[in-house]
Amino acid sequence: MSQVTGFDPGTRVGFFTDTSVCIGCKACEVACKEWNGIDETLTDLTAKSYDNTTDLGADAWRHVAFIEQRVAPAGEVRWLMSSDVCKHCTHAACLDVCPTGSLFRTEFDTVVVQADICNGCGYCVPACPYGVIDRRESDGRAWKCTMCYDRLVDGMAPACAQSCPTDSIMFGDLAELRQRAGARLEELVDAGVPGAQLYGADPNDGVGGTGAMFLLLDDPEVYGLPPDPVVTTRNLAAMWRAAGAAAVGLVGLIAAGAWRR
Amino acid sequence: MGTTFGRGGATTFQQDLANADVIVIQGSNMAECHPVGFQWVMEAQRRGAKVIHVDPRFTRTSAVADLHVPLRAGSDIAFLGGIVNHILTNGREFRDYVVNYTNAPVIIDERFEDTEDLDGLFSGFDPTTGTYDNESWQYQDQGAAPQDRTLQHPRCVFQLLRRHFARYTPELVEELCGVPRSQFLKVADALCDNSGPERTGAFCYAVGWTQHTVGVQYIRTAAIIQLLLGNMGRPGGGILALRGHASIQGSTDIPTLFNILPGYLPMPRPEHATLDDYVRANASQSGSWADMRAYLVSLLKAYFGDAATADNDWCFGGLPRITGDHSTYQSVLDMVDNRLDGFLVLGENPAVGSANGRLHRLGLANLDWMVVRDFQEIETASFWHDAPEIATGELRTEDIGTEVFFLPAATHTEKDGTFTNTQRLLQWHDQAVEPRHDVRSDLWFAYHLGRIIREKLADSDDPRDRPIADLAWDYPLVGPHGDPAADAVLREINGTDADGRPLSGYAELADDGSTSCGCWIYSGCYAGGVNQTRRRTPGDQQSWVAPEWGWAWPMDRRILYNRASADPQGNAWSERKAYVWWDAEAGAWTGADVPDFPADKPPGYEPPPGATGLAAHRGDAPFVMQADGLGWLFVPSGLVDGPLPAHYEPHESPFVNSLYGQRANPTRQLFHRADNPSNPGAAEHGVARYPFVMTTYRLTEHHTAGGMSRFVGHLAELQPEMFCEVSPQLAELRGLTNGGWATIISTRSAIEARVLVTDRVAPLRIQGRTVHQVGLPYHWGSRGLVSGDSANDLFGLALDPNVHIQEVKAATCDVVPGRRPQGAAVRDLVDRHRPGAAAEEEPS
Repeated sequence: MSQVTGFDPGTRVGFFTDTSVCIGCKACEVACKEWNGIDETLTDLTAKSYDNTTDLGADAWRHVAFIEQRVAPAGEVRWLMSSDVCKHCTHAACLDVCPTGSLFRTEFDTVVVQADICNGCGYCVPACPYGVIDRRESDGRAWKCTMCYDRLVDGMAPACAQSCPTDSIMFGDLAELRQRAGARLEELVDAGVPGAQLYGADPNDGVGGTGAMFLLLDDPEVYGLPPDPVVTTRNLAAMWRAAGAAAVGLVGLIAAGAWRR
Repeated sequence: MGTTFGRGGATTFQQDLANADVIVIQGSNMAECHPVGFQWVMEAQRRGAKVIHVDPRFTRTSAVADLHVPLRAGSDIAFLGGIVNHILTNGREFRDYVVNYTNAPVIIDERFEDTEDLDGLFSGFDPTTGTYDNESWQYQDQGAAPQDRTLQHPRCVFQLLRRHFARYTPELVEELCGVPRSQFLKVADALCDNSGPERTGAFCYAVGWTQHTVGVQYIRTAAIIQLLLGNMGRPGGGILALRGHASIQGSTDIPTLFNILPGYLPMPRPEHATLDDYVRANASQSGSWADMRAYLVSLLKAYFGDAATADNDWCFGGLPRITGDHSTYQSVLDMVDNRLDGFLVLGENPAVGSANGRLHRLGLANLDWMVVRDFQEIETASFWHDAPEIATGELRTEDIGTEVFFLPAATHTEKDGTFTNTQRLLQWHDQAVEPRHDVRSDLWFAYHLGRIIREKLADSDDPRDRPIADLAWDYPLVGPHGDPAADAVLREINGTDADGRPLSGYAELADDGSTSCGCWIYSGCYAGGVNQTRRRTPGDQQSWVAPEWGWAWPMDRRILYNRASADPQGNAWSERKAYVWWDAEAGAWTGADVPDFPADKPPGYEPPPGATGLAAHRGDAPFVMQADGLGWLFVPSGLVDGPLPAHYEPHESPFVNSLYGQRANPTRQLFHRADNPSNPGAAEHGVARYPFVMTTYRLTEHHTAGGMSRFVGHLAELQPEMFCEVSPQLAELRGLTNGGWATIISTRSAIEARVLVTDRVAPLRIQGRTVHQVGLPYHWGSRGLVSGDSANDLFGLALDPNVHIQEVKAATCDVVPGRRPQGAAVRDLVDRHRPGAAAEEEPS
């Protein structure tokens, strides 16, 4: 349970999720929903291991993934668990494409949607290279993790980190967390843990590093994370060109459909 | 643990697990069921400890353990007995500890015969009653108790133990438990390598051990290991009994059980006409139980106040006498048989949480009245209109005469009070909000119910009403609803002297009526007039033991029997494991914790002839509650099913006992009746109809019988449906598909569940053939935001004879693909499946 006594505005804060000590208790999911007033979504059993949340979305800002594996050479059972969350990218495409200014970068260098400004255009949804931000069916607006902005301004840790019993989710000064992540990786590599790797800790990656890093025990795609995320707005001009070409194609298709009829 | 060490509580605290060099979690899914406490296991691992999880299933605990060892449900004594044998065969015991602190050197009566001699029975068994006479299990020359400190005498406990477990070899473990030899040896060696003066190991268990017909002996086997390895009373050692609810430890300390009074005082029996009779029958000459009279007189003063006097034997006659078994399941049968009229249900949902749920519900339908106090209208309260037996046509609402009173109960945030958690720690909680509407606290209910009954009986001169009139029933009432002040109740529990001053601890209790105390082991929780349970000094402002957080019984000791953390001369066994030691200069025991020993008794103390109580113990006898001050490897009295643990098959098992002709625990409590049938066991006709082993458990996302989670959206959504866990092999064998449906069948019932096909539940090789295990979480019932069939409906009543706990961790079943039939057809399916029923071939 991370103890936080407040950060000066200007300090970039973030998460470091050490999945090697995650016990899949989902306290983060529950604490997040309780604090942020998100309604439950009752579904049938997914039969995907113990994961009935399935994905991050407008009503799930933390999502614990459960991956059952058999690992070589002896075929031993391994059960990976990892609490996923918005990455609060250094170069955040959602923020770039938001036409209303609803998405903004806070004084803690986190990325937050302001629900009262969001007009529900949904541009941010495909812009996110991680598939994090999502529109809520009931109100049409975009929602995602705020890193508990309302708690940060009062000097408190985000609800998920506060509730994590094994300190799998750590919250704090991002620069300090990066060091911690590096040290922990070294520990695991020295201990011979196969597949241990950091995710989102490299400031030179496609999104300029993330505000939510992970220590994974297998490749990112195993956890449903893009292996090489790139800020989608990097190629904005190229995308518009592609979109224009696609529009022409679409007209052609419609014409073809009409002709068949 | 009570019989081995003296007290029936966890011997350590969860934070201390961080000091362990090895942690064996067995019979517990600690990460899922105790996720908050599990942080200390993770901390131990960070510091280099090896974490081992022994469990039929690969769970969230296994996922982060260094080693997961799958074993057959119901075979733990064979596994643990194998470790005992490994220790003894290879000389891995902590010799100094064993010789000085346990009853290993004690010589046992020459009439004692072991399970090795009698093919699975101990001497003294009476087959007509199914019970033991333990006379032959006693120490030789009772009282003198000759010892052989070289541990060579053939009848000394050490040699008896060696002989008893000699056949529990790695090969036998493999055959019985399905654990490969190499894996077993990894566990045994990890324990041995991490024990001794410099290192310690801890065991954590929960109801995965207790809920068996031989459950108490599971725990006993671990207790023997921990004594042999010298892990008791030392930091990073001990046995952590993980309790299943927030205050389950509290509910045995100040009991909801029929056979004990607060502080584990035995309930009087009819033959105890007077207090003297009672004390003569129950008190011991030496150890803390020598003062039983003071504990009971003080309790009677708390109950009856001024009415209790020396002249009326302190109202001892006002205590009920127990005349037989009035435990949960006997009471259920009494309901079915019309021998019980009324039923109060508080904080429990037996219609879902108890074995043979159908029997329970049929029993409820036979009552005159029932009161259910809960947060929601749980299945126990709603049985009269939506029990599964209404659907099957066995019950009809209009025929049920039970008058049901559903009373909404306040949550912990709506009332003051304490929880006594898994580590005997009392933690006070303040009321945050007033309960709304008709919601009231249990304290409010108990007090006002008593008040009204007393008012109704005020004019009675019937002698049987006398004790009720005599009760001291005067608590200050507070708040808008007239709640008795919880603080005043805690003071009463702590106890006061003749002037009404709070006692500092149970050593002050007197048997002359000058003290009053509601629970002697809790005495001290209000020492100095301060609510000690309300202390919340942050961890970073005190030592790692955190003595300023809450209050632990007894006397705020966090590790029990901690005298054993020092050697016989009173010095720490090692610098690394120093905890409590003798300070010769100060002439006192000192260290990180409150010494669990008379503070100024020197290590070299020899009791003078005729000494009683604690003065009768030597200065190197750490187990202060025991008559001889020793840890009992061999238990001469206190257990009804044997002085040593022996492997017995579960009541329902597809296997014979590889060790003895005696298949299951000969003293297990059974109820042979048509409404509680058993599945046929090994070598019985029809055993192949129920070929699989089933076991129940909990998930992190839900709470026990679901009353506190199925009705809460943010929890219910996380595990929305009842499911069963099966291996890919069993899925193939029975045609089950992941995400599809399965029907699980026993002779009691048939339930449906969604299917999770997973490698986490592996088939095992037992006695040369493959056994499949079926995992069944037991959280669901017919009500709530998410509902489903109840796993407990599948189980029968087969109980541990010591504590009357149901065997739901290992029984047999069959599984077929698809959903169960609806209505009366469910009973048809169950009946048709029975051996002897007309029709159909035996399932493969």
